[in-house]
Amino acid sequence: MSEFIQQLINGLSLGSIYALIALGYTMIYGVLRFINFAHGDVYMVGAFSGYYLGGWLINSMGMQSSVLLLVVVMVGAMIICALTGLVIERLAYRPLRNSPRLTVLITAIGVSLFLEYSGQVFFGADPKPFPSLIPDRTITYGGLTFTNKELIVLCVTVFLLIGLTFIVRKTKMGMAMRALSFNSTACSLVGINNNVIISFTFGLGSALAAAAGILSSLNYPVITPLMGLLPGIKAFVAAVLGGIGNIPGAALGGLILGVAETMIVGYGDKIHVPPSYRDAVAFVLLIGILLFKPSGILGKGTVEKV
Amino acid sequence: MRSEPIMAPRISSVGSLRLVRQLGALSCAALFLLSACEKGGGASGNSIPVGEYASLTGLTASFGTSSHNGVVLQIDKANTAGGVLGKKINLITEDDQSKPGEAATAVRKLISRDQVVALLGEIASSRSLEAAPIAQQSKIPMITPGSTNVKVTTIGDYIFRVCFIDPFQGEVMAKFALNSLHKTKVAVLTDVRQDYSVGLAAAFKDYFTKHGGTIVAEQSYSSGDQDFKAQLTSIKGSNPEAIFVPGYYNEVGLIARQAKELGINVPLMGGDGWDSPTLTQIGGHAIEGDYFSNHFSTDDKSPVVQGFVKNYRQRYSKDPDAMAALGYDAAGVLLDAMKRAGTTEHEKLRDAIAATKNYEGVTGTITINAQRNATKSAKILTIKDGKFHFVETIAP
Amino acid sequence: MRDWSKFALLGAILVSLLVSQFIHLDPYFSIVVVNIGINIILAVSLNLVNGYTGQFSLGHAGFMAIGAYTSAAITSFGGPRWFDWLGGINAFTTSTLFVVALIVGGLAAALAGLVIGVPSLRLKGDYLAIATLGFGEIIRVIIQNTDAMGGSRGFSVSGIYTTIFWTYSVAAITIYVVVNLVHSAYGRGFLTVRDDEIAAEAIGVNTTKYKVVAFVLASFFAGIAGGLYAHFIGYLTPEGFGFMKSIEIIVMVILGGMGNTVGVIFAAILLTILPEVLRPVQQYRMVIYSLMLIILMLTRPQGLFGGLTWRRSTSWLRRKKIPLEDGSAA
Repeated sequence: MSEFIQQLINGLSLGSIYALIALGYTMIYGVLRFINFAHGDVYMVGAFSGYYLGGWLINSMGMQSSVLLLVVVMVGAMIICALTGLVIERLAYRPLRNSPRLTVLITAIGVSLFLEYSGQVFFGADPKPFPSLIPDRTITYGGLTFTNKELIVLCVTVFLLIGLTFIVRKTKMGMAMRALSFNSTACSLVGINNNVIISFTFGLGSALAAAAGILSSLNYPVITPLMGLLPGIKAFVAAVLGGIGNIPGAALGGLILGVAETMIVGYGDKIHVPPSYRDAVAFVLLIGILLFKPSGILGKGTVEKV
Repeated sequence: MRSEPIMAPRISSVGSLRLVRQLGALSCAALFLLSACEKGGGASGNSIPVGEYASLTGLTASFGTSSHNGVVLQIDKANTAGGVLGKKINLITEDDQSKPGEAATAVRKLISRDQVVALLGEIASSRSLEAAPIAQQSKIPMITPGSTNVKVTTIGDYIFRVCFIDPFQGEVMAKFALNSLHKTKVAVLTDVRQDYSVGLAAAFKDYFTKHGGTIVAEQSYSSGDQDFKAQLTSIKGSNPEAIFVPGYYNEVGLIARQAKELGINVPLMGGDGWDSPTLTQIGGHAIEGDYFSNHFSTDDKSPVVQGFVKNYRQRYSKDPDAMAALGYDAAGVLLDAMKRAGTTEHEKLRDAIAATKNYEGVTGTITINAQRNATKSAKILTIKDGKFHFVETIAP
Repeated sequence: MRDWSKFALLGAILVSLLVSQFIHLDPYFSIVVVNIGINIILAVSLNLVNGYTGQFSLGHAGFMAIGAYTSAAITSFGGPRWFDWLGGINAFTTSTLFVVALIVGGLAAALAGLVIGVPSLRLKGDYLAIATLGFGEIIRVIIQNTDAMGGSRGFSVSGIYTTIFWTYSVAAITIYVVVNLVHSAYGRGFLTVRDDEIAAEAIGVNTTKYKVVAFVLASFFAGIAGGLYAHFIGYLTPEGFGFMKSIEIIVMVILGGMGNTVGVIFAAILLTILPEVLRPVQQYRMVIYSLMLIILMLTRPQGLFGGLTWRRSTSWLRRKKIPLEDGSAA
């Protein structure tokens, strides 16, 4: 029994990382209606900014690992990634605002490849150890263990979830975002500057990716230029699972995916699924949900209009 | 047919005789473009062309770059010392992007365009297996620095290797677990995406179970994964006395950390994929006291090893890993054979490589056996205070 | 008119036979030429789904994998028995074995296409793209876990049978089938599904059926391309059929101009040669490739060869200008 609960904890902590990346994915999709394939790579850029920033603060500025250091590094990386996101949007996506979605998707794949391969050239291909921004603590309770970092990830995810919901539901900017996602032409007719809203969304989404990059690297302290590939795809699956464009849905989808993967590894052979099929779990879930409820668990169905 | 054309679609009419002309046009264009990448080469002139194919970009770029660095270091050393056979070595490197299919193209290009006299490559066995038949067919000697799959050198008599083979390393660790650590209940955690890891795990299981050991749990992960807690929790439930993790250092570091976080305090064991200074940086305290088999250790006092480590640090400002050392030795064995053969003629060069005996390499004293594999003893290392320490030597 | 296209098909096959029999190409040249042929088959077949029918599939490499592994299994496991039965290894027995293996590989891929296509083609746009991506990855994971086919350690194919003749014959057949199909009365249905699915349904076109037919046919040819690849490279690993391979094929289709077979053929040629030409820049190769992709999408979203047709591509042969279809001068 305690093994099962431990697996559940493992699943939730993995899931909260997926959820964190999925939040940014879903924000951008909700407003722009396109899959930002490069999101996982912005996450990588976030982790690398944290690596260089953290290394500099520790080695040159003599800062000790503490919550303050974590906050400073995280805010710094979020700013860098927000700017990266703005540049990507301005240069690669904005000119294609009225193009077919396919064109935008291919451009996004191009941006993703560009970030990955220029990362391999500039950062080097070898994996780098992420600096320890806060001291390690392992909390043991009745045979169950979890770390302080896992707890931080979970808390930050919940905090960001609430924060984002607040922004989208209660602020003027959020209202404009919802209007834009509903009908972009009508939105600009009532005097909203669409470009500003889209830039804001992109900056915010990219900053979220940076936060996810830092927190995940805290938990799994190895970073490589290709680290965004797999989490990017999985987080996208999580976003679709929960209902893409839906913020609580992304978090829910992330947690479900994390728990499902963990349970297949832990108990898969009891239902004759070898644990090595873990990679397929995300896609089986994805296809299942797409076939039975394409709008996702929390999404609302839409009818195509003529 | 219910759907007759409703509108004229944006496509043109199919041509009659034109189709023939078009195919002609297409092939002309193709021929023209291809001839643009024509390039001279050849063994004549003042340099000896040696080909290398490696994964400089893509998923396994870190391994490819390391072995490439090692190769470059060895060749530069030879060139500054005046070259081989009175000529400079001209190393031509092709990147195969870690992509299946690319290695074959790269190797054919090296052989037919650059007319290389010998080939060095690859780390991944799958890509060596793609390229080896081509080298064999063209009778170009090929030395692979890091392909551990037994099948690679069975392709033909022109294919050699300087690294261990999977069964050897798997057996070494199984012997070590049984005889030195006295562990009989071991769990295995394999990277299913790496043929190296799967090969080592299979050899380990085979030897271990035949000699009285029990495999209590088998779990797997894929390269690029970062969370192993589910596998480790499941392994913990089976109470192993040790865990065999034949993966690469970037994942192993994380596995060691997460194992400790879950309260697993049994030693981890692995193969030469662990060897990298990054392992201890990632693993930190968690990796202390674990064991792996390797070709060499950086604290080896022999002048060959110390010279290599010093030069490598100077040139790349980091410590070498196993791939770099293997790349260095693969090039070393090749140059040594060239000197002994006194020529770069394919057949004589092959015979000279095959006759390699007691070559003092960084990764040990290399003798090429009848199966064209390097026989050298394995060293078991342990991690203490963030450094690798020699434990014992296990002879082949 | 259409009778001529049959002659063209036969001519193309004959030419490729002559080339592979009488012209000796150096090994590097021939590997690039064969790769071009395989990519033409993949891109032209995917174009039927993505270009002509307007359904966005991101899992083409998965079908290629099924064809590659199935045909490799047939020649490797069934080969010895086949040779025993027909009396020895000679040109006749190897080519019949190879043709059987290719066709069975294609059929296996087509079957997979049917199983995957029927449920997932109900989805639209991005959702279909992601679902097909998912299926492609599932196929890869299954192969990785199939020990009989070597799993992640890879599978050595027993015979190298693929030649320029086989590759270009299949490529010619693929082009012939796709071009004639979309120009047939039946084939116009694919275009209606692409241009306006709701209108097509309203006039009684069975859109699901058209989508599935396109998908299954494309999978069939992808499977055959996989078989050709397997018996050319001689070594298969599941890694070779991942999501990146699918992207590569998609880029060919988009670069060529969706629904434009000539353009797609040109794009397949160009994108196979481009990495070879870029070899001297080493690590920067993929950086340049991705940059070119972005710039291309921004400047020519209709594809590099959009507007290029069979007639226009060879107008220089007739030395007269053929107007673009929208009326402007060439």
